[in-house]
Amino acid sequence: MPLFDQLYNFAHWLTQNTAEAEDLVQETYAKALRGFSSFQSGTNFRAWMYRILRNSFLSSRTGLKTSVVLDPEDREDALQKETATPESILIEQANREVVQQALGELPLHFREVLLLCEVEEMSYQEISETLMIPIGTVMSRLFRARKALRDVLKQKFGGGLHGV
Amino acid sequence: MACEQWRGKLDLYVDGELEAAEANALSTHLRSCSACASDALERVQLKRSIQTAGKRYEPRAELRKKIAGSAAAIPVARFGWWRWAAVAALALIVTGGWLYTSLGIEKAQRQRVYSELADLHVSTLASATPVDVLSSDRHTVKPWFQGKIPFTFNLPELQGSEFSLLGGRVAYLEQSAGAHLIFQVRQHKISVFIFPDRAEMPRLATGPVNEVSFNVESWTKNGLRYFVVGDASADDIRALSKLLRNSG
Repeated sequence: MPLFDQLYNFAHWLTQNTAEAEDLVQETYAKALRGFSSFQSGTNFRAWMYRILRNSFLSSRTGLKTSVVLDPEDREDALQKETATPESILIEQANREVVQQALGELPLHFREVLLLCEVEEMSYQEISETLMIPIGTVMSRLFRARKALRDVLKQKFGGGLHGV
Repeated sequence: MACEQWRGKLDLYVDGELEAAEANALSTHLRSCSACASDALERVQLKRSIQTAGKRYEPRAELRKKIAGSAAAIPVARFGWWRWAAVAALALIVTGGWLYTSLGIEKAQRQRVYSELADLHVSTLASATPVDVLSSDRHTVKPWFQGKIPFTFNLPELQGSEFSLLGGRVAYLEQSAGAHLIFQVRQHKISVFIFPDRAEMPRLATGPVNEVSFNVESWTKNGLRYFVVGDASADDIRALSKLLRNSG
């Protein structure tokens, strides 16, 4: 059940809690079953399932408490604002746990777009369908999410990146 | 295009979202610009780090059962035709996904075994000393394996057939020791591998195998798994397999 494992992983990253993640996955399957008539064949099933999961989370108690503000910087021109500096040494040093901590500290809208892109290996089009945002927004959000992650990693390494 | 403009496209490049022509142009630029190449490398490393770190949580087996159970427990009376379709679709997705993955893994495992055997066959024939016991006498070759492999096997009487035995050596497959015998038919050399048929081995077909470029036949007999591998014709491979199957 590959989709099951992936949905659970994503749910846990959203809720940051085992019991809530389990409830969320169960609710997702139940809703998918009930709402199957609304699924249009030919459209992306994976994106549809993730969308159900995410919408269920956002309407849950934890989801409502999580600040998923509309991001004023969700514009395509944000892409060109900054260029990254080479940080390969940091990234190499950053062990898995530190990256996990850093991911957990990111705002939800950054965490989810990174997980969908890197872990679920979704295309921009699939992410756009899952999050129901335009592709341009996917691109700018990914760009800023990566920058935010680098910034958190820098903090975790005590600013040791400046000389890199 | 200036570096600054290329850098604006690096994320799309590492995400595989650039058009082919542009991706090729950027690849060319990266080969000649160490600054941009280093930037691209950093982005790839960050992607890899997130990918590794992001695969963090695994569901409990109980949850899987619970969800499968609750889908089955939905009362029949409430079901419209499309709900049945939905259940069927979901079951198909769940089991199909599992089946696809399992079959995919099994196929990959099978192919790994056949590739390993094909490699052994080729590398042995390419070696200056392909066999450790050089003899056409089965009564010399068979005893040579005593104490070297954890089983014994029978070799066929080849008199009157087109095949001749060249010798044998010890081979390893999936960390298990076995016999590697080399036969000849006209100008073709054929490898016969015999290994214990362990539970950890992938399920392999009996009969001709089409998963490698060589002609291969495989079967099990008395707890042993036989493989006949070579570039001889399928008929020759089958004939030698028949002789081996009928021996003792």
